[in-house]
Amino acid sequence: MKNKNVIEVENLSKLFGDFAAVNSISFHVKAGEIFGFLGANGAGKTTAIKMLIGISSPTSGKATIAGFDVYKEAESIKKNIGYMSQKFALYDDLTVKENITFFGGIYGLSKKQIDRKRCELVDELGLQEVANSLVSSLPLGWKQKLAFSVSLLHDPKIVFLDEPTGGVDPITRRQFWEMIYKAAHNGTTIFVTTHYMDEAEYCDRVSIMVNGKIEALDTPKKLKAHYKTDTMNDVFLKLARG
Amino acid sequence: MKRFVGFVRKEFYHIFRDKRSLFILFGMPIAQILLFGFAITNEINNVNIAILDQANDVTSKEIINKIAASKHFSIVDIIQKESSIESIFKKGKVKAVLQFENNFGNNLIKEKQANVQVLTDATDPNMANTISNYISAILKKYQQELNKNTTIDYQIVPQSRMVYNAELKSVYMFVPGVMTVILMLVSAMMTSISITREKEQGTMEILLVSPLKPFQVIIGKVFPYIFLSVINAIVIVLLSIFVFNVPVNGSLFLLGIESVLFIITSLALGILISTISATQQTAMMISLMGLMLPTILLSGFIFPISSMPLPLQVISNIIPAKWFIIIVKGIMLKGIGIGFIFKETAILVLMTLLFIGISVKKYKIRLE
Repeated sequence: MKNKNVIEVENLSKLFGDFAAVNSISFHVKAGEIFGFLGANGAGKTTAIKMLIGISSPTSGKATIAGFDVYKEAESIKKNIGYMSQKFALYDDLTVKENITFFGGIYGLSKKQIDRKRCELVDELGLQEVANSLVSSLPLGWKQKLAFSVSLLHDPKIVFLDEPTGGVDPITRRQFWEMIYKAAHNGTTIFVTTHYMDEAEYCDRVSIMVNGKIEALDTPKKLKAHYKTDTMNDVFLKLARG
Repeated sequence: MKRFVGFVRKEFYHIFRDKRSLFILFGMPIAQILLFGFAITNEINNVNIAILDQANDVTSKEIINKIAASKHFSIVDIIQKESSIESIFKKGKVKAVLQFENNFGNNLIKEKQANVQVLTDATDPNMANTISNYISAILKKYQQELNKNTTIDYQIVPQSRMVYNAELKSVYMFVPGVMTVILMLVSAMMTSISITREKEQGTMEILLVSPLKPFQVIIGKVFPYIFLSVINAIVIVLLSIFVFNVPVNGSLFLLGIESVLFIITSLALGILISTISATQQTAMMISLMGLMLPTILLSGFIFPISSMPLPLQVISNIIPAKWFIIIVKGIMLKGIGIGFIFKETAILVLMTLLFIGISVKKYKIRLE
């Protein structure tokens, strides 16, 4: 499984009229890798992710996700990926347990599987006391961790995280990244966008998008060496300012 | 199928945990039907009227006594001259004036015909119309009693001084209208709000990324509302039968089928609204302004379509509620079968297909 590409993107573009939101990007991601997908606001990250997860069709270029073509096999892609968006994405008016049951259900898990996953998940996250409370009563950090776990319910090959740690405190972010490492260790490929440059350091490789193009792509260590800086923050600033 | 059941269960959680929408869903229909039935009823009670008795004879006195005895009217003034009629109306003291012609009783005996003038305050046309009808009924009854013991055909001719031609409406007419408005409101507004809520919260994105197909998401979202609207329709029909004694002369089964059709039309409209609005507020505004008002004003529910200006008559044809009201009135009051409302049914089916078609198209554009 290792060293096999699970995401392959070649010259992928998305045009809105004359404006190229995504301008011919190419990259690949290996199985089990933590791939950081960075860029300033408006650089085209969200548009690119939408094409990869099959809810927006590309204007041109090629992309395969988990071996499936984004044009023809969007439905198969959806079964093999998990997704957690920058907007919080569980139902506030359902309880923790009900959310897990619902999302397990729409991914076609059997009742037995859902029951087992639900117990595991509640134990792992230490949510026993609030398992029957509405999600709206949980602190943001807990919600984010729960949303991440829910996106992994159906054991997807790849999970796309769009700014998963926006607005949470450093301790929770740390715990969140421990969960990401654990998932990656179990073989799940992580495709993550973030605005926190310290998080970029945790990734195996990062790409930096500027104005619809990928301007840099390498391990954080090599990028820092190449741009002769000590932090990813400086790498990002150098590129984003052009 | 299992996915669908799970989805529908989640929708019911949403509905039953949101007290506000629960209230709209079940509180409003009951409140509206009772309000329209009782408060806005056309039955009149204790209406103040005045009498101008120029004859002042036995017959006119007898009639005045009959009117005074009726629970519908109370005589608050006896006026002496014709010139005071206008001032009494202007003061707003009375809703109607009953004027007996000179020699009323003599005319009735000699010429077998006598005239009574019923003047009604027409600022409230429905009320005026009803008053004049009630008075005519009392006169007619008196006339029948008079003719019972004799072979001579005495005629009391009430002359109504009201120029409009508004049709007489009764509480019966409100039931189809209220039912239509409620089903439209609940189905269209609630679905459009519940779909846009998913968009607003970002959960719609999650659902679209899941293996559920977009149409499955939409069906899953509207299905609970079909169910709840059917319950609403049943409650309305039961209330109208048992509280207001409105008959259902036609087939209950046909009424049920047509109601489900109209519910689906409204749901399709709700889906259409949700495709063009990004937030719950927008969806609510469009539903209220774009659906509620035309449904109430242009469907023939309150104002007769035949007395509207031509452009409005034309516009009323695109209001689904207009056709449903015709159907409900036909089935409940006239007791007609599908043969007579085939055209209206076909129009509703076509409208539904059109709404769904546009929604699907809009939805695809959004995804591009």
